[in-house]
Amino acid sequence: MELVVFVLSAAMVLVGALGVITRSNPVHAALSLVLTLFGVAVMFVAQQADFLAAVQVIVYAGAIVVLFLFVIMLLGVDRAEDVTIEPISGQRPLALMVGLALIGIVTTAVLRSVDFLGQKGSGINHVTVDAPDSNVRELARSIFSDNVFAFELTSVLLLVAVVGTVLMARRTNGAAK
Amino acid sequence: MIALAQPTSSWYLVLAAVLFGIGAFGVMVRRNPLVMFMCIELMLNAVNLTFVTLSRANQDVGGEVSVFFVMVVAAAEVVVGLGIVVSIMRRRTEANADDLNVLKG
Repeated sequence: MELVVFVLSAAMVLVGALGVITRSNPVHAALSLVLTLFGVAVMFVAQQADFLAAVQVIVYAGAIVVLFLFVIMLLGVDRAEDVTIEPISGQRPLALMVGLALIGIVTTAVLRSVDFLGQKGSGINHVTVDAPDSNVRELARSIFSDNVFAFELTSVLLLVAVVGTVLMARRTNGAAK
Repeated sequence: MIALAQPTSSWYLVLAAVLFGIGAFGVMVRRNPLVMFMCIELMLNAVNLTFVTLSRANQDVGGEVSVFFVMVVAAAEVVVGLGIVVSIMRRRTEANADDLNVLKG
């Protein structure tokens, strides 16, 4: 059962990710991104991170992708980018090499530390869920006790981001340009 | 038949590595700034998946707290980035990261 969930969500994640980098139309890329984000949300549920799965769907697949689509359509930049031409010669093979090297390095690190992972926990089979809301309760306790200062700082960060964006994107129609 | 392999933490970590690599490749190859932002979101999601997996494996909620903060910072980053894109696109119509060379001497 877990295997079926993993295979299906992994297929969603990979198809969506490949769609993001291969689709020439930005709107299609944004919709592929939604597929990937849903796949990651399914994986969060499969690993008992229920609250984060909900936040993933609401914030990422809801707010952020809608923001992307809004900007794409506001600016009218949904013309298809010509993905066949290569702006810098040799860029794509080099980028492919760097990407594959990244994957190889991280995969090697993961596979070499597999006995460490086997010692601690070993996946999602031996998890005891004592209460349905234990994940949310645990997360809230950690955020609002140990990390409450960082939590307050994120509110400042969001406020600064919103004010800065309004300032940047405002259309100044006065003499004070 | 029931004794099929169960997905362990390594499976999720390898998938996250592949997702990160795809995102990095996209950032290096694509030229539309919006699509580059989307590829950055892919990389952030790969790291989030790693955090959740290791949080599960170690029975420690600290990883999930980190994912929470990563999501907040990602939202702020997208807002600021798209604001910059809007203010740039107002002056020029071409959506191409290679054309943004007004600082070039």
